[in-house]
Amino acid sequence: MAPILDVKKLRMDFGGLRAVNDVDLHINEKEIVALIGPNGAGKTTFFNCITGVTRPTAGDVMIAPPSTGKVERVNGMKPNRITEKGLARTFQNIRLFQNMTVLENVMIGRHTRMKAGVGGAILRDRRTMAEEKQVIEDSYEVLKKLNLEQFVNELAKNLPYGAQRRLEIARAMATEPFLLLLDEPAAGMNPQETHDLDETIVRIRDTEGITILLIEHDMSLVMSLSERIYVVDYGKLIAAGVPEDIKKNPEVIKAYLGEDVDA
Amino acid sequence: MNSTYFIELFLGGLTRGSIYALIALGYTMVYGIIQLINFAHGEIYMIGAFTALIVSGALAFTGLDPVIIFLISAVVAIVFSAAYGVTMEKIAYKPLRKAPRLSALISAIGMSMFLQNYVLLAQTSDFQPFPDLIPDLKFLKPIENIMNTTQFIILATTAVVMVLFTLLIKYTKIGKAMRATAQDKIMAQLVGININKVIMVTFLIGSSTAAIGGILISSHVGQINFYIGFIAGIKAFVAAVLGGIGSVPGAVLGSFVLGLTESFGTGYISSDYEDVFAFGFLIIILIFKPSGILGKPTKKKV
Amino acid sequence: MQNPLKQITPKDIKRSLLMALWFMFLTFPIMVIKVNTITDTVEWRWINMFIVGAATFIFSHVWKVLIDRKEGRMAAAEEPEKKAEKVTLRERLEEKPAIVKTGSLVILGLAVLFPIMTGMYQTSIMITALLYVVLALGLNIIVGLGGLLVLGYIVFYGVGAYTYAILNYHFGLNFWLALPLGGIFAMALGILIAIPVLRLRGDYLAIVTLAFGEIFRIVMENWNALSFGPSGIANIPRPTIFGLDFNLKQSTNLTYYIILVFVVLTIFIVRRLEDSRLGRAWVAMREDEIAGESMGIDMGKTKLAAFALSTFWAGVAGVIFAGKTTFINPASFTMWESILVLCMVVLGGMGSIPGVITGALIITLLPEYLRAFSEYRMLIFGAILVIMMVFKPEGMIPAIRQKYEFKLNTGKNRKGVK
Repeated sequence: MAPILDVKKLRMDFGGLRAVNDVDLHINEKEIVALIGPNGAGKTTFFNCITGVTRPTAGDVMIAPPSTGKVERVNGMKPNRITEKGLARTFQNIRLFQNMTVLENVMIGRHTRMKAGVGGAILRDRRTMAEEKQVIEDSYEVLKKLNLEQFVNELAKNLPYGAQRRLEIARAMATEPFLLLLDEPAAGMNPQETHDLDETIVRIRDTEGITILLIEHDMSLVMSLSERIYVVDYGKLIAAGVPEDIKKNPEVIKAYLGEDVDA
Repeated sequence: MNSTYFIELFLGGLTRGSIYALIALGYTMVYGIIQLINFAHGEIYMIGAFTALIVSGALAFTGLDPVIIFLISAVVAIVFSAAYGVTMEKIAYKPLRKAPRLSALISAIGMSMFLQNYVLLAQTSDFQPFPDLIPDLKFLKPIENIMNTTQFIILATTAVVMVLFTLLIKYTKIGKAMRATAQDKIMAQLVGININKVIMVTFLIGSSTAAIGGILISSHVGQINFYIGFIAGIKAFVAAVLGGIGSVPGAVLGSFVLGLTESFGTGYISSDYEDVFAFGFLIIILIFKPSGILGKPTKKKV
Repeated sequence: MQNPLKQITPKDIKRSLLMALWFMFLTFPIMVIKVNTITDTVEWRWINMFIVGAATFIFSHVWKVLIDRKEGRMAAAEEPEKKAEKVTLRERLEEKPAIVKTGSLVILGLAVLFPIMTGMYQTSIMITALLYVVLALGLNIIVGLGGLLVLGYIVFYGVGAYTYAILNYHFGLNFWLALPLGGIFAMALGILIAIPVLRLRGDYLAIVTLAFGEIFRIVMENWNALSFGPSGIANIPRPTIFGLDFNLKQSTNLTYYIILVFVVLTIFIVRRLEDSRLGRAWVAMREDEIAGESMGIDMGKTKLAAFALSTFWAGVAGVIFAGKTTFINPASFTMWESILVLCMVVLGGMGSIPGVITGALIITLLPEYLRAFSEYRMLIFGAILVIMMVFKPEGMIPAIRQKYEFKLNTGKNRKGVK
């Protein structure tokens, strides 16, 4: 079976700077894969290229949704189209809709799975109302999965930090993705919260069947969670493999610890 | 094509552009640092012109040389305009630094209305003739049909102000602090830059150059009223956006482009549609270059 | 609450004195000296200097007290426990929807009886106020919900008014046909303008819409063949029904009821849009465009929908305006009017229907009733805008989001969707 995400020779130039340099990466269904690398290595840019926020300079981003299995090239598509296809993401620096309630944030995630237009909104016909009711219930279910139901009517900006991070994940899950891209989901969390997050991510994969690609700095989380790891430095892929190999890889150690240390 | 007419229009465009540039500097600096469209900036220019008119009127009885009177009133006008600019920032914008940006914009609109009506009530609603204090320069005699004295002074003063301004921004400590603040306010604060001081100086300099523009154009046109700031302010703002708001060279370039467009448009096509040329040109530029001629593309930071 | 007078310390007095001196200096040339360059006379008005000084002294105390209070409020908001103790009138009203419902019905009843209770003059003023209510509610869709700053909104009002005036002049089109046509033309122009500017962000969008607004006005001023230039179009028929001949009073009342119906209709529709898929997409666009796109919202479509729905109301209001005044010219559609409508939205509370309505009513009616101070009204209005924004930047009646009730742990939606 084809990998559900297959990135070939992805390249992204900003002016003279090559932020992503011919990176290859693939993910199979129901895997948990991590993308790691020092700060400024081009990880978030890689995410942006896959999700359509920036248009890559060269290379291919191919997806094969497990529901259809059809391979499709998505680079250059707008972010909303890619989300519709089943890729959803979170942001490194939380980007919730601050002045909307927690429930509404998740309901926005349901946007592409809804049909109602202007007419429906004004007339409030039976179909629109049924859809609206369904969306509220579905969204509430998503909130429960991430233990956010007690905040349902709070404004997103009033949530504690850890809950905001979880809400980012909830919102992305509401779009019904087959692949969830998490950009530093544990950033700023305490050890307990990180531990809970670890469990949550595994649960999302196991019970929802969602494949996960994450960028993370917390090595203990990465090592315990991921089945395979890709390492980038200066935009280039320097290693790929299972956690045990990555731990021992001299290139990786050099990238993380600097030139001086001999591994 | 008549080449004298062309040169006349060209110089007319440069003159307009100079005035726009003097005002647009303040717009673009303030925008660069606090991301506010300072709607009341045009009123500072108007207050500059009015102060110069009042001071020169009051000094007229002293029998001083007109040039001395002009210089004194110009200096007083600049000082007062700068004081108005700084005070305005303290009252209407400083408390709103953390508020939604639209609130600050409305506050600026309120300030603009207030200052217009303040001058209207304290002075007059009629057009006031601006005293003719600058004697004709002799060496301009041969070309006076294409460039007169005030035009020459406007161009020369603008050139000097621009050079001084560039030096200030590039080489002084406060200039560097201003650039740093425009880049990244939080980082600037972390390296010990006093943001409040930087903002104050920004308003001080922007208001001073606007006042210079106000005095110069009033001597050129020969009459002023309380409403001149609004129109000039909008035009200068258009110029700043045209060049790429937040960028100082952009504001200057945008001003000259706008001045020339208006001058040639009115000269060769129709004077009824003067503002249509300005605004139409702006729309076309922005459609093809959404952040202005010299503006950096809006960074999408994800 | 503490007595604010008790908090005045010698330090405050010193501060206020310095402020007074500063303002006496600042206002010196403009307030004290009055030069008439025509008659060559100079008038020295020293008394003004003392007035400014005294006024500043008093006002700076008030300012300080208000600033302290605002900062106290902000500090309290950061500690959730303290905030929870304070139940606002708003929250209490929210708990009793019956009161809100009755209140709205009473207001509607009063509005229906208004022309009967008052005279034609008052009714006429109220028509203008209600026209602005429709405009403000329309602009609120783009600015308040969608977060797109539009500074040329009055163009669409102008398109509506000119649609009726011109089509009536040339083809004798009646008011009732013009009403939807004006809305549709305005909407078409709105979409036409929106398409090229979809890529523009924030202030660039603002200035481009301002530019379109000015171009429209200037074209109307100069295209004599179409719009009769600055002299405008006169003798536009007032609205009638069943072809009856109405006198001035009757047709004023009719216009009043037409605009009232439109106000109610606008509220109804905007209210429904707010809590719909589209309305949520607008708010998401306002909050964070990139995140919204990444969550699957097509921002292009969402923006176009905001422009289309927003400009339609302006067009309809424009037709009613032309029918009310029977005369229109470009001077009614200046940038200044656009700014005024924007002020209504922000002053009232962006995205909040009751806020926007209050904002529109206050801004149109206050100057009417400030006629006693007619000279000073624009000055006072400017000052009010600044003071309101400094002390209550979120507007008079800030927006709140729809809340849903759930029985925790069961996940069943108790109230469901209203």
